[in-house]
Amino acid sequence: MIRFENVSKRYLTKTALMDVDLELPEGKIIGVIGENGSGKSTMLKLIAGLVRPSKGRVLVDGEPAQRRIARKVAYLSELETYYPIFTVQETVDYCASQFTDFDRERAREMIDFMRLEPTAKVKSLSKGNRGRVKLVVTLSRNAPYILMDEPLSGLDPIVRDSIIKGLISFVDLSKQTVIITTHEVNEVESLLDQVVALRDGEIIKFADVEELRSNERLSLSEWMTRVYAGHACK
Amino acid sequence: MKDDFNTSSPIYLQLADRIQRHILRQELAPGEKLPSVREMAMQSNVNPNTVQRTYGELERMGIVETRRGQGTFITEDGSRLEKVREDLRRQQIEAFVRVMGELGFSPREIMIGLEEYLNEQPEGESES
Repeated sequence: MIRFENVSKRYLTKTALMDVDLELPEGKIIGVIGENGSGKSTMLKLIAGLVRPSKGRVLVDGEPAQRRIARKVAYLSELETYYPIFTVQETVDYCASQFTDFDRERAREMIDFMRLEPTAKVKSLSKGNRGRVKLVVTLSRNAPYILMDEPLSGLDPIVRDSIIKGLISFVDLSKQTVIITTHEVNEVESLLDQVVALRDGEIIKFADVEELRSNERLSLSEWMTRVYAGHACK
Repeated sequence: MKDDFNTSSPIYLQLADRIQRHILRQELAPGEKLPSVREMAMQSNVNPNTVQRTYGELERMGIVETRRGQGTFITEDGSRLEKVREDLRRQQIEAFVRVMGELGFSPREIMIGLEEYLNEQPEGESES
């Protein structure tokens, strides 16, 4: 289980998260939504131990999230973090050498599923295929927590669909929890168990998505439009 | 089961509804195995937890049975399926009659209108 205990995060003068107190359950796909700069990525980085809270603590299975938490947490960055001179296979081999929970067989299956060429160099791949490689190396780990920062951002619909399908078929929710930040609420709507909505670093909603649908009679994206309307142009 | 869901009502119920329709149209036979949770999730692009919930709901309704280690199967209990068919018929009629009532039609007008409409339909093609 992931716990945020009154967590605030400031970057110099800017407050990224404000007094977040939250418990994320296991075995779910949880979406973190909000506008640019609302604190979504910061939340993920805190769980991954890539940044430290300015106040409060973040616990993963009771353990403070520091750099060593990477044993338990697979993190897909929104940036391009792999070596461009590596081939797809070399990238997989490299990640396999870094994480003991890496499943090479699953990586092979996923490369196949994503129709990637193992001998192609990462730098020669299209943006969509680089997105697919990131998914392969992230989901090939048997880590109990999978964090994905904007995995669909800037990709065409076909790639987005293959990434969503890849997620559904290769993640094991009886053992894994997925936390995903995204702008493409429409596309991940049917994928999410729960949603954390952020605004200016504060949580404005934490809800079960199916419950939101039956209580408000709105889809998540409609709800979002309603809640964030007028706010964007302040 | 490819079409998109209407995301303003719970997806697990819509999926349950869809499976029921397939059964009633006999596209899924009694005793037939449903796709695994993961396969169904893939086919319909939804969360595996949602499919699990759908199967749980259908099981609660007595429409499917889960056999340990084998998967989820459509019940072979014909009377159970007949009951589901009956329930759905009633639900649809209720909805239709309610809307007609709201529009100000009397039961008699509804009956006559329905009869006329059905008589205009070519034999055996009353379904659209």
